[in-house]
Amino acid sequence: MGTKKKIQPLEDRAESFFSGIIDDISPERLSSLIVIGIKTRGEYLGKRLVERISERTGKDVTFGTIDITLYRDDFENRKNWPRLRRTSIPDDVQGKNIILVDDVLYTGRTVRAAINSIMDYGRPASVKLAVLVDRGGRELPVQPDYAGISIETLDDEMVNVYLEEVDGREEIEIIRRNGV
Amino acid sequence: MAFEKKHILGLGELSAEEIKIILDTAESMKEISTRDVKKVPTLKGKTVVNLFFEPSTRTRSSFEIAEKRLSADVLNFSASQSSVVKGESLVDTARNFEAMGASIMVIRHGMSGAPFVLARQINASVINAGDGSHEHPSQALIDIFTIREKKGGIEGLNVLIVGDILNSRVARSNIFGLRKLGANVRIVGPATIVPEYFSEMGAEIFYSLEHAIENVDVVIMLRVQSERKTLEYFPSLREYSGLYGLTREKLRLAKKDVIVMHPGPINRGVELTSEIADDPDAVILEQVANGIAVRMAMIYLVALGESL
Repeated sequence: MGTKKKIQPLEDRAESFFSGIIDDISPERLSSLIVIGIKTRGEYLGKRLVERISERTGKDVTFGTIDITLYRDDFENRKNWPRLRRTSIPDDVQGKNIILVDDVLYTGRTVRAAINSIMDYGRPASVKLAVLVDRGGRELPVQPDYAGISIETLDDEMVNVYLEEVDGREEIEIIRRNGV
Repeated sequence: MAFEKKHILGLGELSAEEIKIILDTAESMKEISTRDVKKVPTLKGKTVVNLFFEPSTRTRSSFEIAEKRLSADVLNFSASQSSVVKGESLVDTARNFEAMGASIMVIRHGMSGAPFVLARQINASVINAGDGSHEHPSQALIDIFTIREKKGGIEGLNVLIVGDILNSRVARSNIFGLRKLGANVRIVGPATIVPEYFSEMGAEIFYSLEHAIENVDVVIMLRVQSERKTLEYFPSLREYSGLYGLTREKLRLAKKDVIVMHPGPINRGVELTSEIADDPDAVILEQVANGIAVRMAMIYLVALGESL
Protein backbone atom coordinates (compact mmCIF):
# COMPACT_ATOMS: atom_id res chain seq x y z
CA MET A 1 0.00 0.00 0.00
CA GLY A 2 0.94 3.67 -0.12
CA THR A 3 2.04 5.79 -3.01
CA LYS A 4 5.16 5.62 -5.09
CA LYS A 5 6.59 8.76 -6.61
CA LYS A 6 9.02 9.22 -9.49
CA ILE A 7 10.36 12.64 -10.25
CA GLN A 8 12.11 13.71 -13.45
CA PRO A 9 13.56 17.19 -13.74
CA LEU A 10 12.36 18.97 -16.89
CA GLU A 11 15.77 20.51 -17.58
CA ASP A 12 15.95 21.86 -21.13
CA ARG A 13 13.24 19.60 -22.51
CA ALA A 14 10.64 22.38 -22.40
CA GLU A 15 12.98 24.54 -24.47
CA SER A 16 13.60 21.87 -27.11
CA PHE A 17 9.83 21.28 -27.20
CA PHE A 18 9.32 24.96 -28.08
CA SER A 19 12.10 25.04 -30.72
CA GLY A 20 10.63 21.94 -32.35
CA ILE A 21 7.30 23.74 -32.71
CA ILE A 22 8.84 26.97 -33.99
CA ASP A 23 10.97 25.11 -36.59
CA ASP A 24 7.74 23.77 -38.03
CA ILE A 25 5.91 27.09 -38.38
CA SER A 26 6.07 28.38 -41.94
CA PRO A 27 6.19 32.18 -42.49
CA GLU A 28 2.64 32.09 -43.94
CA ARG A 29 1.27 30.33 -40.87
CA LEU A 30 3.17 32.66 -38.58
CA SER A 31 1.26 35.69 -39.87
CA SER A 32 -2.10 34.15 -38.97
CA LEU A 33 -1.11 32.26 -35.85
CA ILE A 34 -2.93 32.20 -32.51
CA VAL A 35 -1.49 30.28 -29.56
CA ILE A 36 -4.13 29.10 -27.10
CA GLY A 37 -3.18 27.64 -23.73
CA ILE A 38 -5.51 25.31 -21.83
CA LYS A 39 -5.77 26.38 -18.20
CA THR A 40 -3.91 26.05 -15.90
CA ARG A 41 -0.46 24.72 -16.88
CA GLY A 42 -1.09 24.99 -20.62
CA GLU A 43 -1.55 28.73 -20.14
CA TYR A 44 2.01 29.13 -18.85
CA LEU A 45 3.50 26.88 -21.51
CA GLY A 46 1.56 28.76 -24.20
CA LYS A 47 2.82 32.07 -22.86
CA ARG A 48 6.41 30.78 -23.00
CA LEU A 49 5.89 29.57 -26.57
CA VAL A 50 4.69 33.03 -27.60
CA GLU A 51 7.79 34.57 -25.98
CA ARG A 52 10.11 32.14 -27.78
CA ILE A 53 8.39 32.84 -31.11
CA SER A 54 8.87 36.54 -30.58
CA GLU A 55 12.56 36.07 -29.66
CA ARG A 56 13.26 33.90 -32.71
CA THR A 57 11.17 35.62 -35.37
CA GLY A 58 10.52 39.11 -34.00
CA LYS A 59 6.78 38.56 -34.50
CA ASP A 60 4.21 39.08 -31.78
CA VAL A 61 1.72 36.27 -31.91
CA THR A 62 -1.79 36.53 -30.45
CA PHE A 63 -2.17 34.56 -27.24
CA GLY A 64 -5.38 33.29 -25.66
CA THR A 65 -6.42 30.99 -22.83
CA ILE A 66 -9.34 28.64 -22.44
CA ASP A 67 -11.03 27.00 -19.50
CA ILE A 68 -12.75 23.84 -20.76
CA THR A 69 -14.93 23.22 -17.68
CA LEU A 70 -18.21 24.21 -19.37
CA TYR A 71 -17.45 21.73 -22.19
CA ARG A 72 -16.68 18.71 -20.01
CA ASP A 73 -18.42 15.42 -20.76
CA ASP A 74 -18.56 14.12 -17.18
CA PHE A 75 -21.49 16.00 -15.64
CA GLU A 76 -22.01 13.05 -13.27
CA ASN A 77 -18.59 13.83 -11.80
CA ARG A 78 -19.42 17.55 -11.37
CA LYS A 79 -18.73 17.56 -7.63
CA ASN A 80 -15.06 17.37 -8.55
CA TRP A 81 -15.12 20.05 -11.22
CA PRO A 82 -12.68 22.88 -10.56
CA ARG A 83 -13.74 26.49 -10.04
CA LEU A 84 -14.66 28.09 -13.35
CA ARG A 85 -12.04 30.46 -14.75
CA ARG A 86 -12.23 32.90 -17.57
CA THR A 87 -11.70 32.05 -21.23
CA SER A 88 -10.05 34.83 -23.19
CA ILE A 89 -9.39 34.72 -26.90
CA PRO A 90 -8.49 38.28 -27.83
CA ASP A 91 -8.69 37.87 -31.60
CA ASP A 92 -11.16 36.49 -34.12
CA VAL A 93 -10.28 32.82 -34.75
CA GLN A 94 -12.01 32.75 -38.14
CA GLY A 95 -9.52 31.54 -40.78
CA LYS A 96 -6.60 31.54 -38.31
CA ASN A 97 -4.04 28.84 -37.60
CA ILE A 98 -4.21 27.77 -34.01
CA ILE A 99 -1.71 25.96 -31.84
CA LEU A 100 -3.41 24.50 -28.78
CA VAL A 101 -1.02 24.00 -25.86
CA ASP A 102 -1.40 21.79 -22.80
CA ASP A 103 0.93 20.22 -20.29
CA VAL A 104 -0.18 16.56 -20.29
CA LEU A 105 -2.11 14.60 -22.92
CA TYR A 106 -3.90 11.57 -21.50
CA THR A 107 -7.46 10.50 -22.45
CA GLY A 108 -7.89 13.23 -25.08
CA ARG A 109 -11.13 14.43 -23.50
CA THR A 110 -9.76 17.83 -22.51
CA VAL A 111 -8.57 18.39 -26.06
CA ARG A 112 -11.97 17.39 -27.45
CA ALA A 113 -13.58 19.95 -25.12
CA ALA A 114 -11.05 22.62 -26.08
CA ILE A 115 -11.64 22.10 -29.82
CA ASN A 116 -15.41 22.36 -29.32
CA SER A 117 -14.92 25.54 -27.33
CA ILE A 118 -12.71 27.12 -30.02
CA MET A 119 -15.28 26.28 -32.70
CA ASP A 120 -17.83 28.41 -30.83
CA TYR A 121 -15.66 31.43 -31.61
CA GLY A 122 -15.53 30.81 -35.35
CA ARG A 123 -13.99 28.47 -37.91
CA PRO A 124 -10.20 28.38 -37.73
CA ALA A 125 -8.17 27.33 -40.79
CA SER A 126 -6.36 24.72 -38.69
CA VAL A 127 -5.82 23.58 -35.13
CA LYS A 128 -2.60 21.84 -34.10
CA LEU A 129 -1.98 20.26 -30.74
CA ALA A 130 1.24 20.73 -28.75
CA VAL A 131 1.70 18.92 -25.42
CA LEU A 132 4.74 18.86 -23.22
CA VAL A 133 4.07 15.32 -22.01
CA ASP A 134 2.23 12.59 -23.90
CA ARG A 135 1.50 9.83 -21.40
CA GLY A 136 -0.60 7.59 -23.67
CA GLY A 137 -3.92 6.11 -22.48
CA ARG A 138 -6.16 7.74 -25.10
CA GLU A 139 -9.94 7.24 -24.93
CA LEU A 140 -10.65 9.39 -27.99
CA PRO A 141 -8.97 9.55 -31.42
CA VAL A 142 -6.74 12.52 -30.57
CA GLN A 143 -3.01 12.67 -31.34
CA PRO A 144 -0.54 15.48 -30.71
CA ASP A 145 1.25 17.29 -33.55
CA TYR A 146 4.08 18.15 -31.16
CA ALA A 147 5.00 16.28 -28.01
CA GLY A 148 8.01 17.26 -25.88
CA ILE A 149 8.25 13.99 -23.98
CA SER A 150 6.50 10.67 -24.52
CA ILE A 151 6.26 8.30 -21.59
CA GLU A 152 4.61 4.96 -20.92
CA THR A 153 2.27 5.06 -17.94
CA LEU A 154 -0.26 2.86 -16.19
CA ASP A 155 -3.90 3.75 -15.61
CA ASP A 156 -3.44 4.09 -11.87
CA GLU A 157 -0.58 6.52 -12.29
CA MET A 158 -0.96 10.28 -12.19
CA VAL A 159 1.31 12.55 -14.18
CA ASN A 160 1.80 16.09 -12.92
CA VAL A 161 3.87 18.79 -14.54
CA TYR A 162 5.28 21.50 -12.28
CA LEU A 163 6.30 24.81 -13.79
CA GLU A 164 8.44 27.63 -12.44
CA GLU A 165 5.68 30.26 -12.86
CA VAL A 166 3.12 28.48 -10.68
CA ASP A 167 5.03 25.90 -8.70
CA GLY A 168 8.51 27.34 -8.39
CA ARG A 169 10.12 24.20 -9.86
CA GLU A 170 10.40 22.45 -13.23
CA GLU A 171 9.55 18.78 -12.87
CA ILE A 172 7.46 15.91 -14.10
CA GLU A 173 6.08 13.82 -11.28
CA ILE A 174 4.63 10.35 -11.78
CA ILE A 175 2.66 9.11 -8.81
CA ARG A 176 1.41 5.55 -8.51
CA ARG A 177 -1.36 5.01 -6.01
CA ASN A 178 -1.19 1.69 -4.17
CA GLY A 179 2.17 1.16 -5.82
CA VAL A 180 4.34 -1.71 -4.67
CA MET B 1 -13.71 26.18 -1.06
CA ALA B 2 -16.39 24.92 -3.40
CA PHE B 3 -19.96 26.12 -3.73
CA GLU B 4 -22.06 23.44 -2.08
CA LYS B 5 -25.49 25.03 -1.91
CA LYS B 6 -28.26 23.20 -3.71
CA HIS B 7 -30.53 26.25 -3.67
CA ILE B 8 -30.00 30.00 -3.85
CA LEU B 9 -32.81 31.45 -1.75
CA GLY B 10 -31.35 34.70 -0.51
CA LEU B 11 -28.17 36.59 0.32
CA GLY B 12 -29.19 36.40 3.98
CA GLU B 13 -28.14 32.78 4.01
CA LEU B 14 -25.08 32.89 1.78
CA SER B 15 -21.63 33.42 3.26
CA ALA B 16 -19.29 36.13 1.98
CA GLU B 17 -17.19 33.38 0.41
CA GLU B 18 -20.21 31.88 -1.39
CA ILE B 19 -21.20 35.31 -2.71
CA LYS B 20 -17.66 35.78 -4.02
CA ILE B 21 -17.78 32.40 -5.79
CA ILE B 22 -21.00 33.46 -7.56
CA LEU B 23 -19.43 36.80 -8.58
CA ASP B 24 -16.21 35.17 -9.82
CA THR B 25 -18.17 32.57 -11.77
CA ALA B 26 -20.30 35.33 -13.30
CA GLU B 27 -17.13 37.09 -14.39
CA SER B 28 -16.12 33.97 -16.33
CA MET B 29 -19.66 33.59 -17.72
CA LYS B 30 -19.74 37.16 -19.01
CA GLU B 31 -17.29 36.34 -21.76
CA ILE B 32 -19.71 33.82 -23.32
CA SER B 33 -22.08 36.60 -24.37
CA THR B 34 -19.31 38.19 -26.46
CA ARG B 35 -18.77 35.10 -28.62
CA ASP B 36 -19.96 34.24 -32.08
CA VAL B 37 -21.92 31.32 -30.64
CA LYS B 38 -23.32 32.59 -27.34
CA LYS B 39 -23.87 29.18 -25.86
CA VAL B 40 -22.01 26.50 -23.94
CA PRO B 41 -23.14 22.86 -23.82
CA THR B 42 -22.91 22.49 -20.02
CA LEU B 43 -26.58 21.83 -19.13
CA LYS B 44 -27.56 19.98 -22.30
CA GLY B 45 -30.48 17.68 -21.53
CA LYS B 46 -31.34 19.35 -18.21
CA THR B 47 -34.69 21.05 -17.77
CA VAL B 48 -35.21 24.34 -15.96
CA VAL B 49 -38.67 25.73 -15.14
CA ASN B 50 -39.34 29.41 -14.61
CA LEU B 51 -42.28 29.52 -12.22
CA PHE B 52 -43.54 33.09 -12.22
CA PHE B 53 -46.49 33.78 -9.95
CA GLU B 54 -46.02 37.53 -10.40
CA PRO B 55 -45.65 39.49 -13.62
CA SER B 56 -42.06 40.13 -14.75
CA THR B 57 -40.49 40.99 -18.04
CA ARG B 58 -36.82 41.57 -17.48
CA THR B 59 -36.13 39.06 -14.71
CA ARG B 60 -37.90 36.26 -16.51
CA SER B 61 -36.34 37.06 -19.89
CA SER B 62 -32.93 37.38 -18.30
CA PHE B 63 -33.24 34.01 -16.55
CA GLU B 64 -34.53 32.45 -19.77
CA ILE B 65 -31.58 33.73 -21.81
CA ALA B 66 -29.16 32.60 -19.09
CA GLU B 67 -30.67 29.09 -19.09
CA LYS B 68 -30.54 28.89 -22.87
CA ARG B 69 -26.92 30.03 -22.99
CA LEU B 70 -26.12 27.06 -20.76
CA SER B 71 -28.05 24.79 -23.21
CA ALA B 72 -30.78 23.84 -20.72
CA ASP B 73 -34.31 23.11 -21.91
CA VAL B 74 -36.57 25.85 -20.61
CA LEU B 75 -40.20 25.77 -19.54
CA ASN B 76 -42.02 28.97 -18.70
CA PHE B 77 -44.93 29.02 -16.37
CA SER B 78 -46.93 32.08 -15.46
CA ALA B 79 -49.68 31.96 -12.88
CA SER B 80 -52.26 33.91 -14.82
CA GLN B 81 -52.68 31.23 -17.48
CA SER B 82 -52.29 28.08 -15.46
CA SER B 83 -53.75 25.49 -13.17
CA VAL B 84 -53.23 27.91 -10.26
CA VAL B 85 -56.45 29.58 -11.35
CA LYS B 86 -58.02 26.13 -11.01
CA GLY B 87 -56.87 25.99 -7.40
CA GLU B 88 -53.67 23.93 -7.57
CA SER B 89 -51.16 24.57 -4.79
CA LEU B 90 -47.61 25.82 -5.32
CA VAL B 91 -46.03 22.57 -4.21
CA ASP B 92 -48.34 20.45 -6.39
CA THR B 93 -47.56 22.62 -9.40
CA ALA B 94 -43.82 22.23 -8.76
CA ARG B 95 -44.10 18.47 -8.24
CA ASN B 96 -45.77 18.15 -11.61
CA PHE B 97 -42.86 19.86 -13.29
CA GLU B 98 -40.51 17.64 -11.36
CA ALA B 99 -42.36 14.60 -12.69
CA MET B 100 -41.70 15.97 -16.17
CA GLY B 101 -37.98 15.94 -15.40
CA ALA B 102 -37.27 19.50 -14.27
CA SER B 103 -34.20 19.66 -12.05
CA ILE B 104 -33.99 23.40 -11.40
CA MET B 105 -36.88 25.75 -10.58
CA VAL B 106 -36.62 29.50 -10.71
CA ILE B 107 -39.48 30.94 -8.73
CA ARG B 108 -40.99 34.37 -8.29
CA HIS B 109 -43.86 34.62 -5.86
CA GLY B 110 -45.81 37.38 -4.15
CA MET B 111 -45.52 35.67 -0.78
CA SER B 112 -42.34 36.15 1.21
CA GLY B 113 -40.85 32.74 1.93
CA ALA B 114 -42.53 30.82 -0.91
CA PRO B 115 -39.19 29.63 -2.43
CA PHE B 116 -38.12 28.36 1.00
CA VAL B 117 -41.29 26.27 1.32
CA LEU B 118 -40.70 24.88 -2.15
CA ALA B 119 -37.05 24.04 -1.45
CA ARG B 120 -38.12 21.92 1.52
CA GLN B 121 -40.85 20.08 -0.36
CA ILE B 122 -39.25 19.12 -3.66
CA ASN B 123 -36.02 17.47 -4.84
CA ALA B 124 -35.14 20.00 -7.53
CA SER B 125 -32.85 22.98 -6.93
CA VAL B 126 -34.67 26.22 -6.22
CA ILE B 127 -33.56 29.73 -7.19
CA ASN B 128 -35.44 32.65 -5.70
CA ALA B 129 -36.29 35.21 -8.40
CA GLY B 130 -38.06 37.48 -5.90
CA ASP B 131 -40.36 36.56 -3.01
CA GLY B 132 -42.80 39.19 -1.75
CA SER B 133 -40.93 41.97 -0.02
CA HIS B 134 -38.31 39.56 1.32
CA GLU B 135 -35.39 38.91 -1.06
CA HIS B 136 -34.40 39.27 -4.71
CA PRO B 137 -30.97 37.65 -4.67
CA SER B 138 -30.27 37.70 -8.42
CA GLN B 139 -30.90 41.46 -8.63
CA ALA B 140 -28.66 42.20 -5.64
CA LEU B 141 -25.92 39.95 -7.02
CA ILE B 142 -26.13 41.87 -10.30
CA ASP B 143 -25.85 45.18 -8.44
CA ILE B 144 -22.90 43.93 -6.41
CA PHE B 145 -21.25 42.42 -9.51
CA THR B 146 -21.63 45.72 -11.38
CA ILE B 147 -20.26 47.72 -8.43
CA ARG B 148 -17.28 45.37 -8.11
CA GLU B 149 -16.60 45.65 -11.83
CA LYS B 150 -16.76 49.46 -11.76
CA LYS B 151 -14.99 50.05 -8.45
CA GLY B 152 -12.62 47.09 -8.35
CA GLY B 153 -13.96 45.86 -5.01
CA ILE B 154 -16.72 46.21 -2.43
CA GLU B 155 -14.94 46.55 0.89
CA GLY B 156 -14.98 50.05 2.36
CA LEU B 157 -17.30 51.55 -0.27
CA ASN B 158 -20.14 53.85 0.78
CA VAL B 159 -23.33 52.65 -0.87
CA LEU B 160 -26.60 54.56 -0.58
CA ILE B 161 -29.99 52.96 -1.23
CA VAL B 162 -32.79 55.44 -1.85
CA GLY B 163 -36.53 54.94 -1.63
CA ASP B 164 -39.02 52.33 -0.51
CA ILE B 165 -36.80 50.21 1.70
CA LEU B 166 -39.75 48.73 3.59
CA ASN B 167 -41.36 47.03 0.60
CA SER B 168 -38.19 46.39 -1.39
CA ARG B 169 -36.78 42.89 -1.73
CA VAL B 170 -33.93 44.39 -3.78
CA ALA B 171 -32.94 46.59 -0.82
CA ARG B 172 -32.97 43.69 1.67
CA SER B 173 -30.85 41.46 -0.52
CA ASN B 174 -28.44 44.29 -1.26
CA ILE B 175 -28.04 45.19 2.41
CA PHE B 176 -27.29 41.55 3.29
CA GLY B 177 -24.79 41.13 0.46
CA LEU B 178 -23.05 44.49 0.66
CA ARG B 179 -22.63 44.26 4.45
CA LYS B 180 -21.18 40.75 4.18
CA LEU B 181 -18.62 41.99 1.66
CA GLY B 182 -17.64 44.92 3.88
CA ALA B 183 -19.40 47.94 2.35
CA ASN B 184 -20.96 50.72 4.43
CA VAL B 185 -24.65 50.84 3.57
CA ARG B 186 -26.82 53.91 4.02
CA ILE B 187 -30.55 53.98 3.42
CA VAL B 188 -32.72 57.05 2.92
CA GLY B 189 -36.37 57.81 2.28
CA PRO B 190 -39.55 59.00 4.02
CA ALA B 191 -39.69 57.70 7.63
CA THR B 192 -42.83 55.71 6.79
CA ILE B 193 -40.90 53.47 4.39
CA VAL B 194 -37.47 53.54 6.03
CA PRO B 195 -38.15 51.71 9.29
CA GLU B 196 -35.63 51.94 12.10
CA TYR B 197 -35.22 48.19 12.47
CA PHE B 198 -33.08 48.18 9.32
CA SER B 199 -30.25 49.44 11.49
CA GLU B 200 -30.15 45.90 12.92
CA MET B 201 -29.09 44.71 9.45
CA GLY B 202 -26.16 47.10 9.66
CA ALA B 203 -27.58 49.94 7.56
CA GLU B 204 -27.19 53.57 8.55
CA ILE B 205 -30.51 55.41 8.38
CA PHE B 206 -31.06 58.89 6.93
CA TYR B 207 -34.16 60.92 6.11
CA SER B 208 -32.50 63.66 4.07
CA LEU B 209 -31.12 62.69 0.68
CA GLU B 210 -28.76 65.69 0.71
CA HIS B 211 -27.14 64.44 3.93
CA ALA B 212 -27.14 60.79 2.99
CA ILE B 213 -25.55 61.24 -0.41
CA GLU B 214 -22.46 63.01 0.86
CA ASN B 215 -19.29 61.16 -0.05
CA VAL B 216 -20.97 58.04 -1.46
CA ASP B 217 -19.42 55.83 -4.17
CA VAL B 218 -22.64 54.23 -5.33
CA VAL B 219 -26.30 55.27 -5.37
CA ILE B 220 -28.92 52.56 -5.82
CA MET B 221 -32.31 54.07 -6.62
CA LEU B 222 -35.35 51.95 -5.83
CA ARG B 223 -38.49 52.03 -7.87
CA VAL B 224 -41.65 53.58 -6.50
CA GLN B 225 -43.69 50.39 -6.56
CA SER B 226 -47.27 51.31 -7.21
CA GLU B 227 -48.23 47.61 -7.15
CA ARG B 228 -46.91 47.35 -3.59
CA LYS B 229 -48.79 50.47 -2.54
CA THR B 230 -45.67 52.57 -2.01
CA LEU B 231 -47.84 55.57 -2.77
CA GLU B 232 -49.83 55.10 0.43
CA TYR B 233 -46.78 55.90 2.53
CA PHE B 234 -46.34 59.56 1.53
CA PRO B 235 -48.65 62.45 0.62
CA SER B 236 -47.94 62.79 -3.09
CA LEU B 237 -45.66 61.64 -5.86
CA ARG B 238 -44.61 65.24 -6.44
CA GLU B 239 -43.53 65.64 -2.86
CA TYR B 240 -41.64 62.34 -3.01
CA SER B 241 -39.77 63.18 -6.16
CA GLY B 242 -39.01 66.66 -4.82
CA LEU B 243 -37.42 65.24 -1.65
CA TYR B 244 -36.03 61.89 -2.81
CA GLY B 245 -35.78 62.12 -6.58
CA LEU B 246 -32.19 62.14 -7.80
CA THR B 247 -31.16 65.28 -9.66
CA ARG B 248 -27.86 66.49 -11.02
CA GLU B 249 -27.54 68.99 -8.12
CA LYS B 250 -27.95 66.34 -5.44
CA LEU B 251 -25.61 63.96 -7.23
CA ARG B 252 -22.89 66.61 -7.05
CA LEU B 253 -22.69 66.03 -3.29
CA ALA B 254 -21.56 62.43 -3.83
CA LYS B 255 -18.02 61.39 -4.74
CA LYS B 256 -16.83 62.56 -8.14
CA ASP B 257 -16.74 59.05 -9.60
CA VAL B 258 -20.13 58.02 -8.20
CA ILE B 259 -22.16 55.47 -10.15
CA VAL B 260 -25.96 55.41 -10.25
CA MET B 261 -27.90 52.17 -10.35
CA HIS B 262 -31.54 51.23 -10.68
CA PRO B 263 -33.05 47.74 -10.81
CA GLY B 264 -35.63 48.92 -13.35
CA PRO B 265 -38.19 49.58 -14.61
CA ILE B 266 -37.46 53.30 -14.22
CA ASN B 267 -40.17 55.84 -13.56
CA ARG B 268 -38.52 58.75 -15.34
CA GLY B 269 -39.03 62.02 -13.47
CA VAL B 270 -39.93 60.24 -10.22
CA GLU B 271 -36.89 58.40 -8.82
CA LEU B 272 -34.47 60.08 -11.15
CA THR B 273 -34.50 62.67 -13.87
CA SER B 274 -34.17 61.58 -17.49
CA GLU B 275 -30.91 63.48 -17.58
CA ILE B 276 -29.42 61.15 -14.97
CA ALA B 277 -30.97 57.96 -16.35
CA ASP B 278 -29.21 58.62 -19.66
CA ASP B 279 -25.97 59.87 -18.12
CA PRO B 280 -22.74 57.92 -18.50
CA ASP B 281 -22.48 57.71 -14.67
CA ALA B 282 -25.64 55.63 -14.74
CA VAL B 283 -24.88 51.96 -15.30
CA ILE B 284 -28.50 50.82 -15.57
CA LEU B 285 -28.18 49.10 -18.94
CA GLU B 286 -24.89 47.51 -17.92
CA GLN B 287 -26.77 46.04 -14.97
CA VAL B 288 -29.17 44.44 -17.43
CA ALA B 289 -26.31 42.96 -19.50
CA ASN B 290 -24.51 41.73 -16.38
CA GLY B 291 -27.80 40.15 -15.30
CA ILE B 292 -27.41 37.37 -17.83
CA ALA B 293 -23.89 36.47 -16.65
CA VAL B 294 -24.88 36.52 -12.96
CA ARG B 295 -27.95 34.36 -13.57
CA MET B 296 -25.87 31.91 -15.65
CA ALA B 297 -23.52 31.63 -12.67
CA MET B 298 -26.41 31.01 -10.25
CA ILE B 299 -27.95 28.30 -12.41
CA TYR B 300 -24.59 26.69 -13.12
CA LEU B 301 -23.61 26.60 -9.46
CA VAL B 302 -26.87 25.11 -8.18
CA ALA B 303 -26.70 22.59 -11.02
CA LEU B 304 -23.30 21.51 -9.74
CA GLY B 305 -24.58 21.44 -6.18
CA GLU B 306 -27.82 19.54 -6.80
CA SER B 307 -28.18 15.80 -6.32
CA LEU B 308 -29.92 14.45 -9.38
